[in-house]
Amino acid sequence: MTMRKAVNNLMLALCGLCAFLTVSSLFLILGYLIYNGGKSVNLDFFTKLPLAPGEAGGGMANAILGSAEVVLLASIVGLPVGFFAGVYLAEFGSKTFSFVVRYTADLLNGIPSIVIGIFAWTVIVVPMHHFSALAGGLALSLMLIPITTRSTEQFLLEVPRSMREGALALGANKWRTIATVIVPAARKGIMTGMILGIARISGETAPLLFTSLNNQFWSTGLSEPTATLPVMIFTHAVAPYDDWHRQAWAAGLVLLALVLLANIAARMVISRGVSLPK
Amino acid sequence: MATSSAAHPAKLAKRRFGGDEVAYCFTLLFAVSILVITVFLVWELWVHSSPARGKFGLGFLTSSLWNPVTDQFGALPFIYGTVITSALALLIAVPLGVGAAIYLSELAPPRLSNTLTFLVELLAAVPSVIFGLLAIFTLIPLMREYFEPALQSVFGSLPLFSGHIYGVGYLTAGVILAIMTFPFIISVSREALMAVPREQREAALALGATKWESTYDAVLPFARLGILGSVFLALARALGETMAVTMVIGNDPKIHASLFAPGYTIAAVIANEFTEASGDTYLSSLVELGLVLFALTMIINGLAQLLIVLTTKKGSAKA
Amino acid sequence: MKTFVVTGLAILPALLASSAMAADTINAAGATFPAPIYQKWFGEYKAAHPEVQINYQPIGSGGGIRQLIAGTVDFGASDMPMKDGQMGDMKVKPLHFPTVMGAVVLSYNIPNVTAILKLTPDVIAGIYLGNVKSWDDAKIKAANPGVNLPSKAIEVVHRSDGSGTSFCFTDYLSKISPEWKSKVGVNDSVQWPLGLGGKGSDGVEGLIKQTPYSIGYVELIYAVQNKMSFADVQNASGSFVTPSFKSVSEAAANSKEMPDDFRVSITNAPGKASYPISTFTWLLVPSHIADPARKKAITGFLGWMLTTGQKDAEGLSYAQLPKAVVTKVQKQIAQIQ
Repeated sequence: MTMRKAVNNLMLALCGLCAFLTVSSLFLILGYLIYNGGKSVNLDFFTKLPLAPGEAGGGMANAILGSAEVVLLASIVGLPVGFFAGVYLAEFGSKTFSFVVRYTADLLNGIPSIVIGIFAWTVIVVPMHHFSALAGGLALSLMLIPITTRSTEQFLLEVPRSMREGALALGANKWRTIATVIVPAARKGIMTGMILGIARISGETAPLLFTSLNNQFWSTGLSEPTATLPVMIFTHAVAPYDDWHRQAWAAGLVLLALVLLANIAARMVISRGVSLPK
Repeated sequence: MATSSAAHPAKLAKRRFGGDEVAYCFTLLFAVSILVITVFLVWELWVHSSPARGKFGLGFLTSSLWNPVTDQFGALPFIYGTVITSALALLIAVPLGVGAAIYLSELAPPRLSNTLTFLVELLAAVPSVIFGLLAIFTLIPLMREYFEPALQSVFGSLPLFSGHIYGVGYLTAGVILAIMTFPFIISVSREALMAVPREQREAALALGATKWESTYDAVLPFARLGILGSVFLALARALGETMAVTMVIGNDPKIHASLFAPGYTIAAVIANEFTEASGDTYLSSLVELGLVLFALTMIINGLAQLLIVLTTKKGSAKA
Repeated sequence: MKTFVVTGLAILPALLASSAMAADTINAAGATFPAPIYQKWFGEYKAAHPEVQINYQPIGSGGGIRQLIAGTVDFGASDMPMKDGQMGDMKVKPLHFPTVMGAVVLSYNIPNVTAILKLTPDVIAGIYLGNVKSWDDAKIKAANPGVNLPSKAIEVVHRSDGSGTSFCFTDYLSKISPEWKSKVGVNDSVQWPLGLGGKGSDGVEGLIKQTPYSIGYVELIYAVQNKMSFADVQNASGSFVTPSFKSVSEAAANSKEMPDDFRVSITNAPGKASYPISTFTWLLVPSHIADPARKKAITGFLGWMLTTGQKDAEGLSYAQLPKAVVTKVQKQIAQIQ
C-alpha cells in the first residue's frame, strides 16, 4: 500500500511540476520582455524613423504605422468575407456543400504562413512588379478569413432556436431574421472571434517577408513596400548592433502588449456569455 | 387571405424573390470564394514548382544535395530538419503538457485551474517572431553554456549528442518549438480529460485506487483519442513554424546526426532564400518545398480533426 | 462595434492622405556589403532633395539581382557582377555602376584574445574547408608567435543567403586554394563544407558576436561598428596587410585595367600594400527607364554619388572610387535612356 501511495504522490507531484514549468515559461517570457522592452521604449521609438545600420537612435514609427496599415487592409478584406461565409454555413448551408466549405476553411487555416507568403508573391507581387503593402495586407487577409468564418459560424449556431422561430412566427423572412435578430444576439461572440483573428495576424511575420518587404522611410502608399513591426523585430534581432537589439525589444514589447491586450479583452467579453435580450 | 394575396401580387412576389434569395446568393458567393482561393493557392504552388518537378522528379524528395552553383536541389535535409525539430518538440512538450493537463483537470481547484488555463492559452497568442527574439538572447546562450555541454558530458558517446556545440541547432529549435506547442497540448488535453464522465473516476476510487491510479487507469484511456488529437494539432503547428525556427536553427542545408549541429527546415529555407533565388530551377525548388510542407501539414491536420471529431462524437475510447 | 468601424474609417483617410502627400518611392534592393553607406546616402539625398525617396532593402546581392530581373525593384545592388547569362535573358540590359570599394575581413571572437591575428591564405582556406579545426593549430601558431591561442574548436560562420560578399570571398579562396576551387567553387551561394549560416553581413556579424571562438567573413564596417577584432591577411606578395580603405585602394590601383562594363575582380591583387580580399560594389541600373521623373531622380542620384557621396566613404571604412574610374562612370550615366 505504501508503495502505491508513494507512486501516487510522486506522479501527482510530477504533474504539478509540469504545470508549474509550463505556466512559468509564460511568466518568464513576459517578464523578460517587459524588462528589456521597458528599458528601451521611449518617445523616440514611437515618433522617429529608423537610422542607417550602426547609427544609434531613431525609432520605428514607420513600422507601427505600416503594421496598422497592413492589418487594417487585411481586416477590410478578410472580415466581411469570413463573416458572410460564416453566415452561409450557419444559416443557409446544405449538408455536403457546407462540409466541403468547412473542410476547406480548416485547410486554409492550417496552411503554414510562409506558404501563404509564396502564394501572395506569385499572385500579387510578380504581376504588379512591386513589393507592396497591398500584397502584405491581402496575404494576411487569407489567414483572417478561415478564422473569422469558423468563429462566426460557431457563435451563430449557439443562438437558441427559440429566437429564430419567434422571429419567423412574427412574419419576418429569413434574411430579416438573420440580420435583425440572430446576428445581434451573437454579436459578442462574433466580435470576439474577429478581435482574436486580428490579434493573430498582427503578429505574423512570414507572409510579409516577400510581400510588403520593408521600408526605411514612411510608406508612400498601398502599392509601395512598408515597414512592419514583426519584420523589423526579425531584422533587428539577427543584426549585430546593440542599439538595434534594444529597438527589437521595444518593438517586441509593443507588439506583445497589443496582442495580449486584445486576447484578454476578447476572452473577458466571451466569458460574460452570449448577449441575449432581456 | 386569397383576396389579400390577389390584391397585392407585387408585394408577394417581392417577398418571395427578394431578400431571401439575394441573401442566399450573397453569402454563398463568399463561401464559394474560400473554395476558389484555396484551390487557386494549390494550383499556383503546383504550377510554379513544375520546373523543379520536371527536372528532379521524385528524386527531389530523397536527394540531400542543395547546391545553387550547379543548380542541383534536393529536399531531404529540409524534410529531415523539419521532422527532427518537430519530433524533439513533441518529445519535450507531450509529457510536460499532458502532465500539466492532468494537474489542471484532476488536481487543481477549479478557480486555479481556470486561471492557469487562461494564462497558458495566452501563450498561444504570442507571435512567433517574439519567441525567436527571446530565443536568440536567452535560450541560445543557455543551451550553449550549460545545457548542451551537460548533455554531452553524460551522453557524449552517442552520435546524437556528439560533435561541436554552437548553441544554435536542432535541439534549440526543438526546445523553442516545444514551448510554442505547450498551449495546444495542454488546452485540448485538459478538455479531453474533463470530458471523461465523473463516474469513471469515482468507480476507480470506490474500488480503492489512489488518485493517480484512477487517473492513469480509468481516465486517461478514455481521453486518449483527444490527447492524441492535441498531439497532432501541435505537430501541425510545429511543422509549419517559420520565424522562431529560422532564428535558431543555424541555416546549414545538410543532414547531421548530432542534435547539437546546425540544420535547416523547409519553412526556414523558404524564408531565407526566396527573395534571392535566381533562376527558374532554384525558385521552383523552393516552391516545391512549399508544396511538400503544405501536403505534410494537410495530412497531419486532417488526422487531428478526425481524432477530435471521433472523441467528441463517440464520447471516448473503449476501456 | 461602432467604435471599431469609426476608428477604422478615421485612420483610412489619414493613410490615404499621407500617401498622396509623400514623395514617390523608388525601390532598390541588394547587397548588405554596402548597406551602411547606401542607407546613409539615400537619407542624405532625400534631405537635400525631398521629392526623391529611395527605399533600399539589404536582402543580399543574390536578392538584388533576382528582384531586378523580376522587375520588382527600380534598381539593384550587388558586390557580384552579373553573369552574361543572367543579363542575356533581360529585356532591358542593366548597367553596372561601381559605387565604392570595400574589404571583406575575417572577423573573429576569441574570448581573452585581444591581439590582431595574422592569417595566411593557407589557413583561411583550411578553416573553411574544415582542415584547420582548432585555434591552436600549428599553422595559425606559426604566423602568430606570442599570442596565447586556446585549444578550442573553430566555429565557422558563413552566409546563408545569396551574397556578393560570399562571391568575393570564394573568388579569393579559389585563387589561392586549388582544393577550394575544385571542391566548392565560386558563386554568391555555394555548398559550404561546414559552418553556421547567417543572413546578411549583419546576420553573420551577429552570430560571430554571440558565438565564442567563431570566425566569419563580413564587410569591414560591420566589424568596426561592432568593435570586433579582424585579422591581417597575407597577400600575394607575402606581407600581412591590415584591411582598411587605404589597402583596398592599393589593391584597385594594382589590379588590371577597368573594363568598359566595369565588371572586374580585384581579389588577390599584386603589390606589397594591397589587401587581398577587396572588391568593388555596384549599383545595377536598367539602361532604359520609362518614367521620366524616375530617370531624372536616379541619374541625379548617380551624379551626386560620384562627387558629393564619395566623401562619406572613408568615414565608414569604404574606399573612394579611383579618380580615373569616376570619370569613366560619369560617362556611363548618359547611357541611361
